[in-house]
Amino acid sequence: MSDNLLLQVENVTKTFRVQGKKLHAIENVSFALEPGKTLGLVGESGSGKSTLGRLVLRLLDSDQGRILFNGTDISKIKKKDLRALRRDMQIIFQDPSASLNPRMTVGDAIEDAMEIHQIGTKAARQARVSELLQRVGLPDEVKYAYPHELSGGQLQRVGIARALSLNPKLIICDEPVSALDVSVQVQVIQLLRDLQKEYNLTYIFISHNLAVVEYLSDEIAVLYLGEVVEQAPADELFRNPSHPYTQVLLNSILKIPERPEQRQEMLSIQGEVPSPLNPPKGCPFHPRCAFAMETCRTIKPEQRTVSEGHFAACHLVDQAAGGLHR
Amino acid sequence: MGEPLLSIDNLHVKFARSEDEVYAVNGVSFSINENETLGIVGESGSGKSVTLMSSIGLLKENGTITAGTANFQGRDLLKMHRKQLEDIRGRDIGVIFQDPMTSLNPVMRIGDQIMEAMLTHHYAGRREAYDRTLQLMHEIGIPDPKTRFRSYPHEFSGGMRQRIMIAIALACEPQLLIADEPTTALDVTVQMQILALLQDLRRQRGMSVVMVTHDFGVATNFCDKIIVMYGGRIMEVAETDHFIRETAHPYSIGLKRSIIEIGHKGKEILPIPGATAAITEEPAGCPFAPRCTYASARCLQEVPELRPFGTDHQIACHHAEEVVSLVR
Repeated sequence: MSDNLLLQVENVTKTFRVQGKKLHAIENVSFALEPGKTLGLVGESGSGKSTLGRLVLRLLDSDQGRILFNGTDISKIKKKDLRALRRDMQIIFQDPSASLNPRMTVGDAIEDAMEIHQIGTKAARQARVSELLQRVGLPDEVKYAYPHELSGGQLQRVGIARALSLNPKLIICDEPVSALDVSVQVQVIQLLRDLQKEYNLTYIFISHNLAVVEYLSDEIAVLYLGEVVEQAPADELFRNPSHPYTQVLLNSILKIPERPEQRQEMLSIQGEVPSPLNPPKGCPFHPRCAFAMETCRTIKPEQRTVSEGHFAACHLVDQAAGGLHR
Repeated sequence: MGEPLLSIDNLHVKFARSEDEVYAVNGVSFSINENETLGIVGESGSGKSVTLMSSIGLLKENGTITAGTANFQGRDLLKMHRKQLEDIRGRDIGVIFQDPMTSLNPVMRIGDQIMEAMLTHHYAGRREAYDRTLQLMHEIGIPDPKTRFRSYPHEFSGGMRQRIMIAIALACEPQLLIADEPTTALDVTVQMQILALLQDLRRQRGMSVVMVTHDFGVATNFCDKIIVMYGGRIMEVAETDHFIRETAHPYSIGLKRSIIEIGHKGKEILPIPGATAAITEEPAGCPFAPRCTYASARCLQEVPELRPFGTDHQIACHHAEEVVSLVR
């Protein structure tokens, strides 16, 4: 089974030291990803979803656990040997202009990565830039433009072209459409989806937007205070959300009603996400959970099986019945 | 129903740039009644925010109001002196923004900031203002108001800061609250909490709210009435229930269809082709025409005026009737 996995993250933990205190950014997270598939990471600010992406890329080093990429544990590879790995793993950020040099033309920025990795001749690289621009739906003249001359949607296409330039196997998409206007979001999402099919790309798609995550993902992990509280195939998660936090998240989404009767009342939700510097004992969600019992305040729930491939870390998940037992 | 609370008529706003001018608002008219929640929806560059900000004197320095009136309780806000406007803003009209940190004073205790709103507008004396501050803090959901009175903005979460902004905006019990993308920077669960709070406060006070948002989900669930803007003009106005039943403008239809929602997996979603562009020449024709599938030669030459389309529904489109019959 494991030879068909591109990425295996096993019991990864990451803590930061902040103001002399330990901040648990990622706690004991595991998942596996087959080539050509998408794992969606959802959670609110401070959930650790971006940190997790950076740990996989080795932009940050984990404290514990293993990260296997194509069967090799990359969490222990020396910094200087990382270059080969960088070719296979790329990242797309929320704000592409922050990752582009304002004084470099778009064409040079895309070529830059190939040059660093000493790929092809100058002419070959330039031909590749044109090919990439065309593939992401930008006119060829864009290569002479500077970042400030482009719109947000165009810049994100440039970010995608640059990520593709090294023929990566895995792309981490960190909130790639969150800063874009709605009418442009779909264009970028459909581009990402088409590219995935064409090049058999594997994605980790990080977003706070559950609808977008559902649209693109095969598998979804819901993070809360650095822990995966629920994980399931995308359709199963939405059909049968089993962790109270996932249910709260889903209920917080205001859908455009199809009929006036479907207009939603604003819900009252208790509490706020606690500080990761001072996480609650027991289940991290218990202070906000409408179903919390005494056990939840003291004992941290283990991942329980809801159905095959569907896990939730909640004491209330009744394994026999499947789903949340109330 | 009586006079509207605020009525904006034929508003035009331009911005000067280094090489050209941007026509940001091009003849916008609408009104808000007492005890009403109005949502102004649009993408960036639609003029939704500029329309409101310019009518309450918060236009950026490179902007000019070239025409229009904004009547609030029988007086034209656009003809007032800065001092008079400042008096109305914060007393009769409360304002909250997307990022509370830009409006909160980082070195002033939050209790003092809420009190200050009442003191500058001579709404209450010190003693009364202090008591009201504690009462307001309790109302907006800040626990232990007496202690928290002394805290500074950085000691609060984003959601709590937005609550403090709401307390400041409501300190003098305004009849109208202008909320510019108030929940855009917040997480979904916090967004829901803030919207629930706003709704309760609004209902208790019988206050009117104009909410500027890019989020159709927020607007259609929270507001009684919806205005859709594009390219500095109003494309469609409707009571929310009518808007849900029969969205009629090609832009509103396109935008609604291009939003990815839960349950859309596997569905083909049709994006609106092209992108918004700044308008740098005197507008001729419908601003949406270059991206519109139904556009005709007339749409490029003749600006469609806002006209009635059924009950409680107005639309600015030459071809609304055909579009609606095609969409059905």
